[in-house]
Amino acid sequence: MSSMAKVQTAGTKSNKLLNGILVNGTLGFLCLLWLIPTLGLFVSSLRERSDIATSGWWTVFPHQEYLSSSQVQLTAGLPLDQPITVEGQTLTDDQLRAGYKLPDGRKVIWINRRARTVDVQTQQWTAKANFTLINYQNVLIGQNYTYTQADGSTKTEQGENMSNAFINSLTVAVPATIIPILIAAFAAYAFAWMRFPGRKLLFTMVVGLLVVPSQVALIPLLRAFSGLEINGTFLSLWLVHTGFGLSLATYLLYNYISGLPREILESAFIDGATPFTIFLQLILPLSVPALASFAIFQFMWVWNDYLNALIFLGATPDSQVVTVKLAQMIGARGQDWHLLTAGGFVSMLLPLAVFFALQRFFVRGLLAGSVKG
Amino acid sequence: MIQQTREADKKPASSTAAGGWIPGQFLIALLGLVVVLVLLWLGFIYLKGTKTASLLNAVIAIVWGVGGVAALFFSANYLIEALPHKARNSVRPFLFFLPGVGILFLFLTIPTLITLYQSFFNRDSTSFVGLDNYVATFTDRSMLESFRNNLIWLFFGTGFCVSLGLLIAVLADRSKFETIAKAIIFMPMAISLVGASVIWKFIYAYAPADQPQIGIQNAILTAFGVEPQSWLTLQPWNNMFLILVLVWGSTGFAMVLFSAALKGVPGDLIEASRVDGATEFQAFFAIVIPYIQGTILTVTTTTAIGTLKIFDQVFVMTGGQYGTSVVGTEFYRQFFTNSNFGYGSAIAIVLFIAISPVLIYNLRQLRKQEGF
Repeated sequence: MSSMAKVQTAGTKSNKLLNGILVNGTLGFLCLLWLIPTLGLFVSSLRERSDIATSGWWTVFPHQEYLSSSQVQLTAGLPLDQPITVEGQTLTDDQLRAGYKLPDGRKVIWINRRARTVDVQTQQWTAKANFTLINYQNVLIGQNYTYTQADGSTKTEQGENMSNAFINSLTVAVPATIIPILIAAFAAYAFAWMRFPGRKLLFTMVVGLLVVPSQVALIPLLRAFSGLEINGTFLSLWLVHTGFGLSLATYLLYNYISGLPREILESAFIDGATPFTIFLQLILPLSVPALASFAIFQFMWVWNDYLNALIFLGATPDSQVVTVKLAQMIGARGQDWHLLTAGGFVSMLLPLAVFFALQRFFVRGLLAGSVKG
Repeated sequence: MIQQTREADKKPASSTAAGGWIPGQFLIALLGLVVVLVLLWLGFIYLKGTKTASLLNAVIAIVWGVGGVAALFFSANYLIEALPHKARNSVRPFLFFLPGVGILFLFLTIPTLITLYQSFFNRDSTSFVGLDNYVATFTDRSMLESFRNNLIWLFFGTGFCVSLGLLIAVLADRSKFETIAKAIIFMPMAISLVGASVIWKFIYAYAPADQPQIGIQNAILTAFGVEPQSWLTLQPWNNMFLILVLVWGSTGFAMVLFSAALKGVPGDLIEASRVDGATEFQAFFAIVIPYIQGTILTVTTTTAIGTLKIFDQVFVMTGGQYGTSVVGTEFYRQFFTNSNFGYGSAIAIVLFIAISPVLIYNLRQLRKQEGF
């Protein structure tokens, strides 16, 4: 049980109930606020293009709305600058254009002004719950797709090839996660259990570099990479993420490895094991929780990174990663919400899955690594 | 498990612990190391040419990167074990720490020094300009706007994240629904800032008053008779709407840290204060807050650094236009759009200096630690 809950023991029973409602009510409200943005994206990604453009995503839930119940055909050629009588009410053209509420709750509105047809609407319960996966198809495969516009004509547009970007992101993220862990684990072991000249100074550097903004290294690195002709390759991004992730990895693993019981290491040493075998057969297996925490942390960081991917890998369709692709889509087709919502969800699918599956490790890594900026 | 490992370790022990110089092994090890290096070089040449992604290249990359690093360590270790006993012990630590430290030098320390050096030079680093770039940094109208905005981010972004995070942590601690509530608040941490930008751009979406609003913010306001607004171009308030994205994304971080800290507050301490007649609020501010002040400092500094480095959502949502530019977007603009390396470097150094108090604090804390 938590410590704070015990505080309530002094309250009376009704006080407690009130407290509970207040606490859970506020918490529930905040949770709702936090959920709505993602929910809106997810629901929209499952709606037809035309539905997204003409009605809010919340209309998929049951709600009351004016819907057509019958139509009234007025005399053809009826003058519009004179008062018009509809359903026993005398109205002007403007009122019919905006829609007019009759005293009985019904609403009248032009449905076809030229043909003089008036729509009579009543409030009805409805839910616009036509769900489709077509947006995902259009955003993933990149083929042309056709849709019907409001005026009845059809239009063909090019889709987006996000599946390619997804593979690119994987190609970047997996090596950029594993390589720094291995190197950092060796270094952390040395800092924790070996004595060598410069140990203090070098570890101070590791800690100092924890909060250094990557911006200060970007320009020289980009120029050096141009010299090596590796700009725009995945290699450049693996190297950059290895370099930028290494200080946190070393620091986290140092904290964990230095906390391992000395006796285990000493007895292994007495048995004649070399530091290398101790590292491989004792330290690494014992450090699995810390390694996993950092791995998740680094994976999310690399997958969600935008600036480094944009600078080193660029926005060419062949090599761009999901974040760069998505950002490009926002810029190029900012009103195509059917593609943006589906694309957005595609980009966060993997991190969300990792998050829900391995939340405990993620939280542990966060608690240990809260020094990183 | 440990017992087993020890048994396994006994075998190599007999051959290596004898000590002394083993020339045969040394030569073989040297050869092995050379072979590994050549293989790594070949892999490097191959991967240099891979501009398109395929699962095959990804697998090759993993084998090259991870296997290469492992092979390097193995062969170097084999080499070291062939050395005379005394040399072995003094060389061995280098095998362990040098790759990591070397990479940090190459990718952070040296580039930072080069950036510092370049910041005193002109746009293509051909002539020395003294402090001109720094003078420009603090006099340019666009940079001054960025500093102002970064201060807004620092103040409101950090303030909202920390206070909301603490509030939610306290509420969750007293609720039956703690686990699920925390998961919901924490979830946006898994979403990229670019993804969050899509989510929030959709919330702020604007349509003229006579059309249906598909952005929920305008829909709610028009339901109350307020004119719809284009929120992201509405100066100066658009900064606050960008900050909301950060608050939504980062409050979970603050909450998780606070939540863990609250679990550490001793219950009997609060119990005692209750007996002494303290109200819940008094107990909270007199006992809980001082008890978790270390965490408050950590969360505040971490979030503050995040607000100073902010780039993604500003760049994606407004491109730094409509009075929303920040130091991060100005750096990008000078660096990429204008190719002004000197000016860009100066901006990066200013950002570094702004963050340096936290760096110094971290180093002080490190010195207090045992063993350092």
